Amino acid sequence: MLKNEIAITPELVADLGLKPDEYQRVLDLIGREPSLTELGIFSAMWNEHCSYKSSRKWLRTLPTTGPRVVCGPGENAGIVDIGDGQVAVFKMESHNHPSYIEPYQGAATGVGGILRDVFTMGARPVAALNALRFGAPDHPRTRHLVAGVVAGIGGYGNSFGVPTVGGEVNFHPRYNGNCLVNAFALGIADADKVFYSKAEGVGLPVVYLGAKTGRDGVGGSTMASAEFADDADEKRPTVQVGDPFTEKRLLEACQELMATGAVVAIQDMGAAGLTCSAVEMGAKGDLGVRLDLDAVPTRETGMSAYEMMLSESQERMLMVLRPEKRAAAEAVFKKWDLDFAEVGQTTNDLRFHVLRHGEEVANLPIKELGDEAPEYDRPWSELQKPAVLAADTVAEPADYGQALLQLIAAPDLCSRRWVWEQYDYLVQGNTVQRPGGDAAIIRVDGTNKGLAVAVDVTPRYVEADPREGGKQAVAEVWRNLTAVGAEPLAITDNLNFGNPEKPDVMGQLVAAIKGIGAACEVLAFPVVSGNVSLYNETSGEAILPTPAIAGIGLLPDVAQNAGIALEDDGDVILLAGALTGWLGQSIYLREIAGREDGGPPPVDLAAEKRNGDAIRKLIRAGRITACHDISDGGLLVALAEMAMAGERGANIHAPEGAAPLHALLFGEDQGCYLLAVAAEEAEAVIAALQNDDVPVQRLGTVGGADLVVEGTLAVPVKTLRTAHESWFPAYMGEI
Amino acid sequence: MKSAVILFPGTNRERDMIAALKKVTDAEPAIVWHAKTALPDGLDLIVLPGGFSYGDYLRAGAISARSPIMRDVVHRAEAGVPVLGVCNGFQALCEAGLLPGVLMRNASLKFVCREVRLEIVNAQTAFTHLYRPSQVIRCPVAHHDGNYFADEATLDRLEAESRVVFRYAQGSNPNGSQRDIAGIINEAGNVLGMMPHPEDLTDPLHGSTDGLALFQSIATTAQEKAA
Repeated sequence: MLKNEIAITPELVADLGLKPDEYQRVLDLIGREPSLTELGIFSAMWNEHCSYKSSRKWLRTLPTTGPRVVCGPGENAGIVDIGDGQVAVFKMESHNHPSYIEPYQGAATGVGGILRDVFTMGARPVAALNALRFGAPDHPRTRHLVAGVVAGIGGYGNSFGVPTVGGEVNFHPRYNGNCLVNAFALGIADADKVFYSKAEGVGLPVVYLGAKTGRDGVGGSTMASAEFADDADEKRPTVQVGDPFTEKRLLEACQELMATGAVVAIQDMGAAGLTCSAVEMGAKGDLGVRLDLDAVPTRETGMSAYEMMLSESQERMLMVLRPEKRAAAEAVFKKWDLDFAEVGQTTNDLRFHVLRHGEEVANLPIKELGDEAPEYDRPWSELQKPAVLAADTVAEPADYGQALLQLIAAPDLCSRRWVWEQYDYLVQGNTVQRPGGDAAIIRVDGTNKGLAVAVDVTPRYVEADPREGGKQAVAEVWRNLTAVGAEPLAITDNLNFGNPEKPDVMGQLVAAIKGIGAACEVLAFPVVSGNVSLYNETSGEAILPTPAIAGIGLLPDVAQNAGIALEDDGDVILLAGALTGWLGQSIYLREIAGREDGGPPPVDLAAEKRNGDAIRKLIRAGRITACHDISDGGLLVALAEMAMAGERGANIHAPEGAAPLHALLFGEDQGCYLLAVAAEEAEAVIAALQNDDVPVQRLGTVGGADLVVEGTLAVPVKTLRTAHESWFPAYMGEI
Repeated sequence: MKSAVILFPGTNRERDMIAALKKVTDAEPAIVWHAKTALPDGLDLIVLPGGFSYGDYLRAGAISARSPIMRDVVHRAEAGVPVLGVCNGFQALCEAGLLPGVLMRNASLKFVCREVRLEIVNAQTAFTHLYRPSQVIRCPVAHHDGNYFADEATLDRLEAESRVVFRYAQGSNPNGSQRDIAGIINEAGNVLGMMPHPEDLTDPLHGSTDGLALFQSIATTAQEKAA
């Protein structure tokens, strides 16, 4: 029996986020009352954030394999083969709750955590993205959150030296009390130099690396697994503080360390710090772990075992070391002025032992803590599909030019330059396509290959119809990668939802996962890593369901890519894909007609694949001068974006279609692209598309200083630009 | 051309710099760790690349300027070896006293990554002679502390002595620098500091090669010296 100086009361159990039945499970498992430290360990390992207990049943249904998949979900990050003995390592993770409480540090440590996930596996991070959702612009907290989150992401990534090349930003009142900060990182490694967290070998030293342990972030992942009431500000002490300078040194030290051959297994300390990293390494390797906390480097004195086990101090790692390489490994960490301390050993008893001041403060079965955590099949309700909105019930704008200007200046559609100029998107010297296009492209250092990255989800679609919305999120990422000429390889998903104990919310999660899975299947676009963030609710109101999807794509020759900017006067503008004029859940409907209803645009996955494959072929053959998919705002907004990016005009006639003109111009039909091609190529490109069964129509030509739809509108591109670029700086009080 | 790139903890643009150097020279640049006390012999160029040395937790460049290797950098600079400091390197050269003035926090108080139009004010230096006088090139900046400041007398003197080498062209000053100064050179003409990153615009894949002539200028100067 372990000594316990603090009484374990039902209140304490509840404060630590364990339900009465979960506590009973603890009692049954160990046959005695747990010590406070043990209870803390259970609370950390079994909370939603670490255990995926509500979502695991459904996550298992997602396609996770494919010819290029080297490592699917379950490790620090997913791995796919990019040829020539190289792999891409990537993942996305949320830091929603911490960012709402303390936006700068919350977002910064979100970036730090995801970078560590990638370089723990031996990869050097080469690109970062982020997906951000904030409350209504006029909500009193929104501006503060935007400023802090953006500065925090930049502050960490810029100093660390990873280019932040893209992302998305949305505003909606449903995020008023709970913003979303999802951070993505991509790294590249040699396929034969990848490191995993599974420990092997008994009696080997367990070594602590990086920064010292402090009291910051104690209980962070438990906080992140609960709803907010009005007391969010009181939770600030659970937010960690980031130190990108230490992280940069940790990256370089890990790269040097891994080259010494000293590493058996390595795991970064993220959520639930020492607890989670030690348990995962042991449980995965079918080993026990013994930790002596007296050997852990600490930032302050008098820390209890409980605090040390639950601290989420940043920039730390745990590894199992080959003892004969100890001196070489320690020298690397000394060089980089980082801590290196042997804090335990692997054992063969499948127990997790923790010692403090010579006394055992925890002795738990390791498998049950790790990969045998509770799993729930929560009740969920089938949600009703909204009625399809007939386009002719939505009024035409009084003035098309004004409507376009209003749309491109709307908070959800205006230029994000104010955001991405705070991110260093060029460091490392491999950025081929910068932020602002469909997908960013980086060159794989030292090769002619490129990797494209994009992140997407349209929460209002998911809210209206979670299954179609889930499908659409995957399809849009696939389309954005295709639009720059990349072959989409795989995705990472970040599922942000409300309280899963509510059947409606659980119903959204289940349906969205079904939609994601369906799209992944048809598009051969497997899920290789991901993260689930539930309980995104404040005072009982859930966020819009937001399954953010980030994907990567490969360009065998990085020079064969397409951007959105119109490049040459006289080029012909084509529309590829079937235009039906779908106005349900469109931005036009919300911003111009003042309504948010109808079903979201359906995705025909077979057509999606057919259209995309045909367009990718044309881009790779060098036959397209610009390409942009149609998404938020519809055809006219897409064309305006192409004109603004190229700083030149375009002249088109009304597209052909059965729907009213405003529905064709502003509808958000899926699987559609606008293409610019040299005039002499136009006929051949049209024939090639038709040959691949892709609907195509000629819309007009590039040139002049105005964007013109004959007989409908004519707006100078300069006027468009001013409107598009002004909203964000004006909102942030800078102009 | 024999070059050395200094690596401080927190340096993060050394790869960009090395890639740019390799475009103008076959010789592999030596990477020199800050804790060393001596540089290799016979150098044609010493580079302090960009990044966040020591996290910029004190004034940017203040701690790296006091690194062990900097004594030899100063010594070689005084002996006439060309020294190029870009971004964090420029900040360190100012902190080390090799260049006058200081780089303050941007006037916007925010980090800024943006392509600016950069005017070559002095095209007769060892670093810029392959540009045309008053040529305006594209060049990105990426910094939080690029707001150049010096007292009026120093600024007047820099201008009078043609030591302002780069200026942000009209309307493109991203950081509030005095007199739009983007880069300056020392009296002897062998130590150049600049905030913009020419190394990130040296490949057609970057969208432009406007930065390449700076490295070509350095390389041809080195060749002429050797000949």
